[in-house]
Amino acid sequence: MTAEIALQINGMTKNFGGLKAIDRVDLTIPKGDRRLLLGPNGAGKTTLFNLITGDLKPTAGSVQLFGRDITGLASHHCAPLGLARTYQIITLFPKNTLAENVVLSLLGISPLRWSPISRIKGRKEFEERARAALKQVGLDAKADRPLGETSYGEKRRLEIALALAQNPSLLLLDEPLAGLSRQERLDVQALIESIPRDITLILIEHDMDVALALADSITVMYHGRVICEGDRAQVVADPRVKEIYLAS
Amino acid sequence: MSIGFWLLQSLNALALGGLLFLLSSGFSLIFGLMRVANLSHGAYFMLGAYVGLSVLQAGFGFIEAILAAGIVIAILGGLIERFLLRRLANRTLAQVLVTLGLAFAIADICLMLWSGDPMQLPAPKWLSQPIRAFGFVFPGYRVFVVEVSIVVALLLWLLIERTKLGAMVRASVDDIQMARGVGIPAQKLFSFIFCLGAALAGMGGVLGGPILSVYPGLDGEMLPLALVVVILGGIGSIGGAFVGAYITGFVYTFGQTLLPAFSYVILFLPMIVILAFRPSGLFGKSAP
Amino acid sequence: MTNTSRITTISVTLLILALAAPLLLGQPFYINIGSQVLIAAIFAMSLNILVGYGGMTSIGHAAYLGTSAYVVALLTLQHGFSFYSASAVALLVVVIMAAIFGAIALRGTGITFLMITLALGQTMWGVAFRWSDVTGGDNGLPDIKRPDLFGLNLVEPGLFYAVMIALFMVALAGMWIFIHSGLGLSLQGTRDQPRRMGMLGHHVWLVRWIAFIIAGFWAGVAGIAFIGYHGYIHPLSLGLANSAEVLLMVIAGGAGTLLGPVVGATIVVVLKMVVSAYVSRWVLLLGCTFVAIVILLPEGVVPGLERLLKSILPAARDDGEAGS
Ligand SMILES: Nc1ncnc2c1ncn2[C@@H]1O[C@H](COP(=O)(O)OP(=O)(O)O)[C@@H](O)[C@H]1O
Ligand SMILES: [Mg+2]
Repeated sequence: MTAEIALQINGMTKNFGGLKAIDRVDLTIPKGDRRLLLGPNGAGKTTLFNLITGDLKPTAGSVQLFGRDITGLASHHCAPLGLARTYQIITLFPKNTLAENVVLSLLGISPLRWSPISRIKGRKEFEERARAALKQVGLDAKADRPLGETSYGEKRRLEIALALAQNPSLLLLDEPLAGLSRQERLDVQALIESIPRDITLILIEHDMDVALALADSITVMYHGRVICEGDRAQVVADPRVKEIYLAS
Repeated sequence: MSIGFWLLQSLNALALGGLLFLLSSGFSLIFGLMRVANLSHGAYFMLGAYVGLSVLQAGFGFIEAILAAGIVIAILGGLIERFLLRRLANRTLAQVLVTLGLAFAIADICLMLWSGDPMQLPAPKWLSQPIRAFGFVFPGYRVFVVEVSIVVALLLWLLIERTKLGAMVRASVDDIQMARGVGIPAQKLFSFIFCLGAALAGMGGVLGGPILSVYPGLDGEMLPLALVVVILGGIGSIGGAFVGAYITGFVYTFGQTLLPAFSYVILFLPMIVILAFRPSGLFGKSAP
Repeated sequence: MTNTSRITTISVTLLILALAAPLLLGQPFYINIGSQVLIAAIFAMSLNILVGYGGMTSIGHAAYLGTSAYVVALLTLQHGFSFYSASAVALLVVVIMAAIFGAIALRGTGITFLMITLALGQTMWGVAFRWSDVTGGDNGLPDIKRPDLFGLNLVEPGLFYAVMIALFMVALAGMWIFIHSGLGLSLQGTRDQPRRMGMLGHHVWLVRWIAFIIAGFWAGVAGIAFIGYHGYIHPLSLGLANSAEVLLMVIAGGAGTLLGPVVGATIVVVLKMVVSAYVSRWVLLLGCTFVAIVILLPEGVVPGLERLLKSILPAARDDGEAGS
C-alpha cells in the first residue's frame, strides 16, 4: 500500500517566532498524481515545499517519501531519493551558460561531483543529457548562451529543465508560471503537460484556470492550514474557497 | 601561588574584560546594525591610546585625554563612514575589506607619528591609590577600569533598551528592511552608531593604556580579542558583548599566567565550543 | 579563431614572456624577484580557491604558509630532517590544520567566516610569537639551508628560479584541472547558488570543507618554497598583514580567474620591492592600495583586461569557454 504513495505528510507544523506559517498540515499524494497547491500569498505553500526538501526544519510533524521517512533530512539527500524542485524566485547560475546550468544539475547525482581531477566539459554523458533536458523545455538552440542573455520566460523554463534533468520521481514546482506573459504561460503550461505521467507532480499556482487545467486534484491552503481538498468541482463548490478568492 | 595572587589575577581579568567590553560593544553594535565587521576597530583602540598619550604629554589631565581620544576617533569614524563605507552601501564584503585596509593605514601612520617604541601611558595618581579589602591590597586603577566598564554597560543598556533611539536601533538590528519601511532613518542611525562605537574604542584605548601600555601591534592584538568576544556573545547584543568580554578577559588572563606560550590557543577554546553548539553566539538570535 | 582562444593565446604568450623576463635581464636581483613573484603567485592561487571559486573570504591564509615554513625550519634545524622529508611532514601538518580550522570556520558563513579565519590566523601568529622556546619568538628561525636537487645546488639564483617555474607550472596546471573538475564546478556552484546546489544533490558544506583543505595544502606548498627561498621565518609571516597582502593579490588581480592571482602577486611583490627601496611605508601603502582597489577596481585587473581585449579584437561569435 505504501508503495502507491509518493508523499505522505503528517501533522506538519512550522513556527517562525510567533507566526504559525504551517499549522498541522496532513497531505497524501498518491504516485502519479498531479496535485495543485492553491492558496493566496502567504498561505504557507513555499514554506511547505521548504519543509519537504529539508531547507527548513519542521517544528513538528513528519514527511515520508515513497514510504521512507525523510523528516529533517538535509536537502542534499533529496536528489538521490528522486525528489526535485523549482523555485518561485529564480535560482540559477548567472555566470554559466544554459548547458552548464543543467550540467550542474546532472553533476549533483553523479559521483564525479567529488572528483578534483576529472574534466566534466566534453563528457558525452553530460553534454548529451544536458542538451536533451534543454530540448525538453525548448531551449536547445540557446544551450551555449550565458544565462544573462536569456529572457525571464526562458529562465523559468530552465528552472524546470534543471529539475527534469535529474529524472525525478517527485517534482515540486513552485509557481512555474509566475511573472510570465500570456504567450509564455501557454508555452510553459504545455511544457508541464508534456512531463511524463510517471513523474508525480506537486504544483503551486495562483491562476485558477491554468492550474485547474493541469492538475488532477487540488489542495487549498489558507493561513498555514489545509482547508479543502478534492477535484476541481469539489474545490470550486467549497464555500470557504469562494470566500477567500472573492475576498482577495 | 597564594590566594592573593589568584585574587590579583582575577582583578586583572576583570580589568581586561572591561576594556574588551568597551572595544567590542561598539564593534558588535556596528556589525549588528550594518553587517559591517569593522576591522579597523583595533586600530581605533590603538590610535585612541596614542592620542590620549599626546594629550597627557601636552599637560592635560587623564579625563581630558579620554574625552579627546573619544572625540578624535569619533570624528575619524564619522569621516570613514560618510566618505568610504557609505559609497559601498550594500556591498558588505567590500566594506569589510576597506576597513581592513584602513586598519593598516592607521597603524602605519601611528608608527610614523609616535615611533616604534612602546610607551607607558601613566595612570593619574588620584586613580592609582591601592585599595585595601579582605586583608589584601588591590591596584586601584584596575578597579576603576572595571567600574567604568560597568557604568558604560549600564548607560549603553539604558540607551538601547529605554530610549526611542535605542528602540530604532533594536528594530534595525532585527530587520533593517522592515525598519526602513516604518520610516526609521537608518542612514543617520548608522552614522551615529558608527561614531559611538569608534568613540568607545578610542576611549577604551586611553583607559587601557596604563594597563597594556601603547605600542605598534597593539591593534593587531586587540582585534582578534574583539572578534572572539563578539563571536562568543552573539552579534549585535550588548549583553552578549558584556558576558563575552568578561569570559574572554578571564580566559586570556589566566591562559597567559598558566600557559603563556599558548594563551592565544586557549583563548579560542571557548569560541570553538560556542561555534560548535551555538553558532549564533550566547546571546545571538539563532536562525529559524 | 574565436576571441576566447585568441585571449588564451595572448595570455599564454604574455605568461611565457613574463617568466623569461628575469632570465633575460640576467642579474640575480631580477631573478630573485622572479622567484619571489612565483612563490607569492602559488600562495595567491591557493587563496583564490577559497575567495574566488568558493566565495569564502579568508583573512587568515598566511597561517598555512607560515606553519608549513615553521615545520620545515624546526624539523631541519632541530630534528635532523632533510629538507624534503621535512617538507612532506609540513604538508601533512598543514592539511590536518586546514581540516580542523576549516571545520571551525565553516560554522559561519560570509562575514562570520571571515572573522573566524582572521581570529584563527592570529592564533597561529600568537603561537609563533609566544612559544619562543621552540619557535624562537620574535627572533624567528634563521639559517635554513636551501637543499640540493638532483645534485644541483639551488643556492644559485637561476637554478632556484627554474625550480620555482616548474613548481608554479605544476600548481597552475593543477589549478586548471581542479576548476574544470566535478568538484571544482561544484565549488563554483556553491559560491553562486548554495541553496540550489544543495537541492541538486551537492553537499555544500563538505564541498567547501574539502576546498578549504586543498587551499591549505597549496598554501603549505608555497610555505615550503618560501622557507627554501628566504631560509628564514618570522612570526610576521603568519600575521594579519601577510594574510591581507595575499588577499590583496587575489582581489587586485581578479578573484575567480586562473591568472588573476598571478597578475596580482606580480603587482604586489614588485610594488613592495620598489616602494621599500625608497621609503619604509609599505604597510601604509598596502592599506591605501587595498582601499583604492576595493573602491575603484573591485573585480580586479584580469577581468578588466579581458573585457578590454574582447572589445578591441574583431567581433567573433564566442562559444568557447571563458578565459578563466
Ligand atoms: N524564513 C522565514 N522567516 C520568517 N517568516 C517566514 C519565512 N519564510 C516564510 N515566512 C512567512 O511564512 C508565511 C508563509 O510564507 P510562504 O510559504 O512563502 O507563502 P506562500 O508561498 O504561500 O505565498 C508568510 O507570512 C511569510 O512571511
Ligand atoms: Mg510562495
